[in-house]
Amino acid sequence: MAELTTVEALNLALRQEMERDDSVLVLGEDVGVDGGIFRVTEGLIDAYGEERVIDTPVAEAAIVGASVGMAAYGLKPVCEMQFSGFSYFAMHQIESHAARLRWRSRGRFGVPMVIRMPYGAGVKALEHHSESKEVYFAHTPGLKVVIPSGPRNARALLVSAIRDPDPVVFMEPKLIYRAFREEVPDDEETIPLGESRTVRDGDDLTMVAYGAMLHRTLEAAEALAEEDGVEAEVIDLLTVSPLDDSRFTESARRTGRVVVVHEAHRTFGPAGEIVARLVEKSFYYLEAPVERVTAPDVIVPFFAREQDYMPDVDRIVAGARRALEA
Amino acid sequence: MPRETIELPYEVERLTILGEDGEVDEELVPDLDDDTLLRFHRTMLLARRFDERLLKLQRQGRIGTFAPVSGQEAAQIGSAACLEEADWMVPSFRETAAALWRGTPASALVLYAAGYNEGAAIPEDAHDFPIAIPVASQIPHAVGLAYGSKYRDAGEVVLVYFGDGATSEGDFHEALNFAGTYGTPNVFLCQNNHWAISVPRETQTAAKTLAQKGLAYGIPGIQVDGNDVLAVYAATREAVERARSGEGATLVECVTYRLSVHTTADDPSKYRDEEEVEEWKKRDPITRLQTYLESRDLLSEEDVDDLEEEIAGEVEKAWEEAEKRMEELGDPADMFDHHYAETPPHLEAQRERWTDG
Ligand SMILES: Cc1ncc(C[n+]2csc(CCOP(=O)(O)OP(=O)(O)O)c2C)c(N)n1
Ligand SMILES: [Mg+2]
Repeated sequence: MAELTTVEALNLALRQEMERDDSVLVLGEDVGVDGGIFRVTEGLIDAYGEERVIDTPVAEAAIVGASVGMAAYGLKPVCEMQFSGFSYFAMHQIESHAARLRWRSRGRFGVPMVIRMPYGAGVKALEHHSESKEVYFAHTPGLKVVIPSGPRNARALLVSAIRDPDPVVFMEPKLIYRAFREEVPDDEETIPLGESRTVRDGDDLTMVAYGAMLHRTLEAAEALAEEDGVEAEVIDLLTVSPLDDSRFTESARRTGRVVVVHEAHRTFGPAGEIVARLVEKSFYYLEAPVERVTAPDVIVPFFAREQDYMPDVDRIVAGARRALEA
Repeated sequence: MPRETIELPYEVERLTILGEDGEVDEELVPDLDDDTLLRFHRTMLLARRFDERLLKLQRQGRIGTFAPVSGQEAAQIGSAACLEEADWMVPSFRETAAALWRGTPASALVLYAAGYNEGAAIPEDAHDFPIAIPVASQIPHAVGLAYGSKYRDAGEVVLVYFGDGATSEGDFHEALNFAGTYGTPNVFLCQNNHWAISVPRETQTAAKTLAQKGLAYGIPGIQVDGNDVLAVYAATREAVERARSGEGATLVECVTYRLSVHTTADDPSKYRDEEEVEEWKKRDPITRLQTYLESRDLLSEEDVDDLEEEIAGEVEKAWEEAEKRMEELGDPADMFDHHYAETPPHLEAQRERWTDG
């Protein structure tokens, strides 16, 4: 057991999987000598050499495209998009091939690859370094989309993603890369993809979140308990697609009131699908309109205004109160 | 019979005019008046001092991440100086010196680095594009602009900046192919500064030069000593003239060096030796030009001292102006601006809600 940051926990997952399985390779821009610009791949090139830890040219399409080929060949590439905002350069490879090769070849070629990418706002970065476009990937059949919320689950989910037989888009909330530490067991730990978890119990209100927003949601839940005497149940999705709706629809049937929080844009955002599932599975139990606390439908502003763009605790509390009072 | 050689008359020239110690090849010196030469020097020095100030401001937490230009001043000034005002300049993200030459106020560059979208605003009549961060993505825009110029018979040339790393992206290749195919009036100005973050030029491509990448697209390429402002100017001027006279695009590779960090978020000690940097400091483009100007009695030590003082004042003023703008720019609801020509109702509604808190 060691207290690790999310960056260190991801590094541990990569290291242990590379140790365990020589078909696991890492490739991307600056992932080798530099150890990745966030240091997620730190030291891997020293341990496993440049044939397995590949510093690539600046070429996202080739990074993903070559990974598709490697995966079809039987390797397990873990490739990195330096920021999710640059993954669009590889979108045709992701959508047209990574997601479809199994389908197109009628099961002959699976694509067991992971596309890691830091995403999300809040670190005062430059343009294109702060988006939350998980929906681009979640809207694509054939892909899985995983978003951890802390060191321990990041490690366990990355291990599962690497072992998964299908392409996984693994989105890392950079706001929590170093925000806090957690005990992470040395021994292998996995979390099945496609399973959400309950992080806080409560019977008055259901709050659904994931990634960096989970922490603001939990803070809001504490504030609600203290100030309003309301006990909120908080659910962390962990996998955005395939979406596990069993927990939040069950919770909603108990509480009747739901708030969904994400930093992705509002319109056609993940909350849209979550609300649809609630309508399908918990409609007759809902006592108030479901509240969405999201980023607005604007391009992430340069950093001077990014905190106004992201949902914060006050906004989440306000959303919760609207759901409670309606 | 079936196996024969196809003639590809292609060679890559390498041009140096002003040597590392300030000696010149008089035959090749471009025709430039004294004032222009002094303006080269002044703007290069301004860019350097501005860069140093930004770095300090960043370390003090007063601005955010930015990409320093130090070392690449000659590549940028020598090339930007070949453009007429009506010509187009399409930057990537490190073109501080070129922007200053083109008349972008230094305070706007500070504002950009301080995290305000207003810093990227382009004056109504300027033919300059805003900063493009996704590597190589601006290169096709330059081809489109040049197509427009050709279509309208406007005679405007479009120069686009990008790095060595950018030549690995599909956008670079697709854009050059377009330019070759349509004969657009473009200058593709590659600043090969030897590094793409931690990846050295040799790892980026197995090609001997970047200039030769024009070959496959039917575009001439030339390699230039990018720390020699005269050579950059001479080569770019030729390219601009070719473009303007309807002969099509040129790829100019400026071999230069990034003396500073990739961006302020970067730690070069992870991947390169300080010795290499020291070697390149000896080839500093500003010192080189200064030595030349001194040898021609166009500049004295005293002049340089005065200039330093003047520039220090200018840099200080840029910061003060930017600070003042920042105080005025408090309203977060500004983030709803400029998404569409006319803001749709759902967005207006969101703006109101955001303003209400
Ligand atoms: C499409 C894309 N991928 C990755 C990045 C991250 N990134 C920023 S600069 C850079 C290296 C660019 O190298 P080069 O083209 O040589 O320009 P330089 O930074 O040296 O000026 C990378 C990988 C990006 N901005 N855009
Ligand atoms: Mg470079």
